[in-house]
This record gives sequence, C-alpha cells and structure tokens, in this order.
Amino acid sequence: MSDTAAPLKLFAKKERVFPKRVWGTFRKIKWVAMVTLLGIYYLAPFLRWDRGEFAPDQAILIDMPARRAYFFFIEIWPQEVYYLTGILIVAAVSLFLVTSLFGRVWCGYACPQTVWTDLFVWVERIVQGDRAKRMKLHKSKWTFEKIWKMALTHSIWLVIGMLTGGAWVFYFNDAPTLLEQIIHLDVPMSVISWVIALTLSTYIMAGFAREQVCEYMCPYARFQSAMFDKDTLIISYDEDRGEKRGKHKKGESWEGRGHCIDCTACVQVCPVGIDIRDGLQMDCIACGLCIDACDDIMDKIDLPRGLIKYDTTTQLEKRREGIHEKLQIFRTRTFYYFGILAVVGSVILYGLLNRAETELHVLHDRNPLFVQLSDGTVRNGYDIKILNKTHADRHFTLSAAGIDGAKIRMQGAGKIEADDLTVFADSVGHFRLFLSAPKPAAKRHEIVFELRDTSGALVETYDSVFISEKP
Amino acid sequence: MRPEKKDIDELSGIETTGHSWDGIKELNTPSPRWWLIIFIVSCVWAVGYWFYYPAWPTLTGNGERGGTEGTAGWTQYKQLEEQQAEIVARKAAYQSRFDASDFSTIQNDEELYAFAIAGGKSAFKDNCATCHGTGGAGGPGYPNLNDDDWIWGGTIEDIQQTLQYGIRGNHDETRFNEMPAYADILDAEDIEAVADYVVAKAAGNALPERGAVVFEENCAACHGEDAKGLRELGGPNLADAIWLYADDRNAIVSQIRKPKHGIMPAWEGRLSPSTIRQLTIYVHSLGGGEK
Ligand code: SF4
Ligand code: SF4
Repeated sequence: MSDTAAPLKLFAKKERVFPKRVWGTFRKIKWVAMVTLLGIYYLAPFLRWDRGEFAPDQAILIDMPARRAYFFFIEIWPQEVYYLTGILIVAAVSLFLVTSLFGRVWCGYACPQTVWTDLFVWVERIVQGDRAKRMKLHKSKWTFEKIWKMALTHSIWLVIGMLTGGAWVFYFNDAPTLLEQIIHLDVPMSVISWVIALTLSTYIMAGFAREQVCEYMCPYARFQSAMFDKDTLIISYDEDRGEKRGKHKKGESWEGRGHCIDCTACVQVCPVGIDIRDGLQMDCIACGLCIDACDDIMDKIDLPRGLIKYDTTTQLEKRREGIHEKLQIFRTRTFYYFGILAVVGSVILYGLLNRAETELHVLHDRNPLFVQLSDGTVRNGYDIKILNKTHADRHFTLSAAGIDGAKIRMQGAGKIEADDLTVFADSVGHFRLFLSAPKPAAKRHEIVFELRDTSGALVETYDSVFISEKP
Repeated sequence: MRPEKKDIDELSGIETTGHSWDGIKELNTPSPRWWLIIFIVSCVWAVGYWFYYPAWPTLTGNGERGGTEGTAGWTQYKQLEEQQAEIVARKAAYQSRFDASDFSTIQNDEELYAFAIAGGKSAFKDNCATCHGTGGAGGPGYPNLNDDDWIWGGTIEDIQQTLQYGIRGNHDETRFNEMPAYADILDAEDIEAVADYVVAKAAGNALPERGAVVFEENCAACHGEDAKGLRELGGPNLADAIWLYADDRNAIVSQIRKPKHGIMPAWEGRLSPSTIRQLTIYVHSLGGGEK
C-alpha cells in the first residue's frame, strides 16, 4: 500500500442518529399520516358488520379456530386462500407503481417501521429534549437526570409497544369480548404471548434498530431502484443551484457561489442520518424532512424555496435547457403496472362477486375401487363434502347423472336420504354415498354428481367416475 | 513473539493478534460481548437445569428409569402418562355411553356412530386387514366384506356372532361346516355335470339335466334347492355373481373335487367386547350390512 493514499477503511461503526426537530409541509403530512394510520390500526377491530346469527359481527376478523377470515363484505374460507395471493399481488404491484412514480414514499410516510420509529423519536424528544440535548445526554455519565430520563423514555416505549401488540390480537378475537377479558385480567395464554412478542419487537425495532431496518433488513430497499427511472420523483438537492456551497454572511452577494450555505440542517433532521447533498442514496426513505429543513433556511435567508425538493432527473435536465417539464405519470413502466393492477383487481373482484355460496366435493373410494354385488351390478363408494357458506341451514338433493340404472344409497348414522341432505349454516357437511349400477361398457365411466336445492335448481356439479373393472 | 505495542491493521483499523504466517496476519476479532454474555448465562442456566430436571444417567439409577431425578420431579414418562390419562378420560365419556347403548341406538346417534367407526376402523386394520385387506375387499378365499353376499349372514347380530366365535374356529360356539371332497364320492362325469349346472345357474342359462339331478342329491342340502345358499349351514349362494374362490369352470370343478375352507378365528378373548362391537358396526357400515 502506498504511503500517500489515506488508508481505506473497510469497517465503520454505526453512528447513532439523533434527528432534529423540523416543521413544514412534509412534517405535517407525516403527522397526519401517522395519526390516520395508527387510528385505523387501533380502531379497525372495533368496527362492526352484521353477518346474521351464525357468524361474527366484527368487520375485520381472522378467526383461526373456526378457520375463517372476514373483511367487511368479504368472507374467506381456507379453501379460498388464493384470494390472499391476489391481494398480495395487488399490494406488491401498487407498491411498484407508487415507487416508480414517487420513489420511496411508502417508506417515508406509511411503513409501520417509519411510523413507529417516528413516534418513538417524538417520545425521545419530549422527554430528553431536541437533538443537541439528546446528544449531550447520550454522551454524559450516568447522572440521576440521565437515569430518570432514560427510564421514562424506555417505559413509554414499552407501553407503546404493548399497545401495539395489544391492538394486534384484537384482529384475531372478538374485540369487545377480548377487551373485557383484558380488563378483568382473564386473558388466554396465546394472547399474552402475542402481546409479549409484539411489545418486544416494536420496542426493539422502533427503539433501537430504526433506520438500520430500512438500510439493512428491508428487502424492498434493495430492489426499489429497479423501479426508478428518469421520471421518478426523488428527493434531490439541486446541485446546479446549490454549489459551490459555503458559509454566507448576511448582506454578502450571491454572485459566483451556490445557494447552499452549508448549514447542515438537512443532515441534522434526516432520520436515516444521510447527507442528501451527496445525491440520491439507497438509504433515503423519501420522507421529505430535509426539504422542510432547507425550505426553512431558504426562507430565513430570503432565497426561493426548493433547493432540496421532489424532483425528477428529466425535470432537472430540462431545467438546464430552460424548459419547464411536467411530471410524466404515464410511461411504459407505469402503464404496465396500471395494467397488471387492473387485470388482477378485476379477477379478484370477479371472484368475490361470483363466489360460490355452496361447494360440492366428491372423492371416489380407492380401497376398494369398486364392489361386485350379488345381482351382477357394481357398486362404487364416494366421500361427499358439501360446503355451505351461507349463514342459514340448507337442504340439498344429490344425484348422479351419466349412468343408466344407477341407485344411490347414503351410509351414516340415522336415516340419511340423498334427496334431503342437511348442511348447517357456515359449515361443511360430510356424507358417505354408495352408487350401484349395472356394469357399464367402459371400465372407467365418467359421471357427474348434481347438487340441487329444495326448489330443484342446480347448485353445483362435480365430475367423477364410476369404476367397474380393475384397470 | 509479542509485539510491544498494539499492531493495528492498516486497512481495517483493527488490532491484529501479532501472529504472522507468510506475511499474513490475523485480525484480533474477539466474539462480541453480547454473544459472550449469552454464552455465560447459558452455562449458568445449564447447571441449574441439571438439578431441576432429570439430566444425568447414573449407574444405580435411583431416578425414574435410571438417572438423576431432578428436583422438579418432572419426567417425560410422567408427562406422557398424564397426557394419556387425559385422552383416556376424554374417551371414557364416549366409551361408557357406547357400552350402555345397543346397536340400533348407536347407529342412530351421530357421535356414538362416529366413535364406533373410528375405533372399528383402526381395530380392523390391526386385526382383520391381514386376510380381508385394508379396505375389507377380501380376495380369493377371503370374503369381501363390502359386498352384499354373506355366507353366514350379514345382519349386525350375524356379524357380531361371526366376529366373536369365528368360523371353523376353536371356540365352543363357533359355526362349523365343511364341504366334503366329492372326488371320493362322485365319479368324474357327475362332477363335470354338476359344475356345468352351477355355471349355468349363476349365468341364468338353461340348466343341464344330469347336473340338476346330481345337485339335487348331493349339494342342495347345504346350498339350497335353488342353489341360493343356506346361511344356517354356511352354504354359499351359488346362483349369484359372487364367487369366493374363483369364477371359472376349472376352479369350480376343483373346488367340488377337493374343497378348500377358510378359517375365521374367534375374537372373543382376544379383543375386548367393546372392540368387537365397534368392529361389528364398522364391518356393517362397509356397504353390505343387512337390516
Ligand atoms: S435525505 Fe431527506 S428525504 Fe431522505 S431520509 Fe433523509 S430527510 Fe428524509
Ligand atoms: S439545509 Fe439547505 S442550505 Fe443547509 S446545508 Fe442543507 S442544502 Fe445546504
């Protein structure tokens, strides 16, 4: 290694970030977003939705023991988890779309990691003071003041963590009932363990890991650049206008120098601790706080705002040529994202609107495949499942079509007849069925089971087989 | 060689161990403190654990099944016993109801019926599947329990009796009837003739006269005048589509000449009465059960 070059450092210790307080448009948006999102999170489980006598009245509920998920008018049985796939695709593509338009705004305003971290930093500031005081306290010895301030901060964090975990469990239980149980300290073990787990993860993630989650743990941070292009809005420092930066005394001329006075306000407020003037970085969560900070400075020194702003590369380039360029929302990329969203969204909507209220499933016996009866006919056995997803008891008639001279016999406790199968509300009816018929010409004969309701209307069919000889 | 002062690696800024191999030095990167603390805590924890729980094998083995006992008095065996007791207790509620109910009650009660089918199914796989197949479909010489053809009767009581005492078994109550070897009784032509008769009868064709006479004189006593079998004597129905041994003429001839007989063991004494009753209901449910 040459002596002249400064030794290359491969390792850097993590610097603790103490974001400074800032006020402005984007800070306001962040507060509004936080209050709205937390409000939804904490209150949503208490919304009611009348589903009749046999189903829960909670608008959003994941009912694990009964294996049902409810979301307002949507009701999902375990057989239908593919809706979840659809919803995840929509969520992912929406994220891609938003990212290609506005960059990492999800991260800046809506991501739970950001929202809770923001809340935790706010607590920190209320208890320990703003940036400078916090830094001083952090470096100071363990005085009484430091101890009580730290203890208070961490206690409040833990309480917030507990409320976070506490709200989570309401989505999996009837909320008012659980609330009453909690008040009476009579809570199931599973609930307690969830609350503990979420309390700790909130405390650790928002209290300690913070921006490191966004930088090192979040996979989205790693591939979001793939969704960026020249027309994506990114937080950018206008180098053309800002450089050469340098200290500026009041009354001095702005001739021959840039507008950035190197006050580092933008760096001090940044929750991930980066200097946006170095250009767009992966770590930047597009929260806009540096914009607020710099705008504030610009106001003070009587220069136009917008030294740091949401900008696109295209706009920047055009500006150099003196052209005012509008934001290009419809580009090939966004067009594709819109397209995918439209297709997947319509498929899901179609599925939900045309969701079968009744399902029929037939499983042909494998052992034995068929039974030879004494009068020469052949008999096959089937397991029948009828899913009644309505909230009322229903009666059905089951018959087999496509085979001549077939006779159906139901097997089970009590008297069960194929023309009156009862399936209770919101449950699965399980039946045994024997079908006997004169040996058909084919070893394997295609048949169709038909399920009708009491009015005789065909509800569901199921293609099955009738086997009469060893294959 | 110990360096007098700390040897700091230029590139990483980390102290080296001072060892050097062919000019390559090793960085001194001790385990992180938090990791070390967890390690030590785990060690301490382990010591407590050894006393609290059964942990060490001993030569004399004063603890349960050898080894130290642990101050908590907890063992996996005890836990297993407790859990099993719980299961037995849960089952007992159904079991006592099942034992107190007769067949028709059970068959009309959804819970008891499901209890019987579940118990019968597993008992069947353990005891009966060897001969009758896991699905009860039998095979040549082993009756198919799914069909509607019963040699000794297919009502629930018949099935219970067969299960309990067996057929040609060693129980005093067993039903016992064997087909004589007609090779010693009839001449070859008569045997051929009666075989033709039986084949024609089952197929519903015109009946050969000589065979009819031979059947009437020799076979009708057990298989009935119309060859439809006599269940009291275990004479199988020869006029239907089901054959126990084989359905071609040669096999029928050899069965007449030198018959084979199956043995059904008696299960009384080997299985509990309750299990036999569960098996009865299960076999009856396979599809051929008669009223
Ligand atoms: S650089 Fe600006 S926008 Fe990016 S994270 Fe920091 S404060 Fe937020
Ligand atoms: S806040 Fe604005 S003026 Fe101050 S250092 Fe940042 S870019 Fe320059």
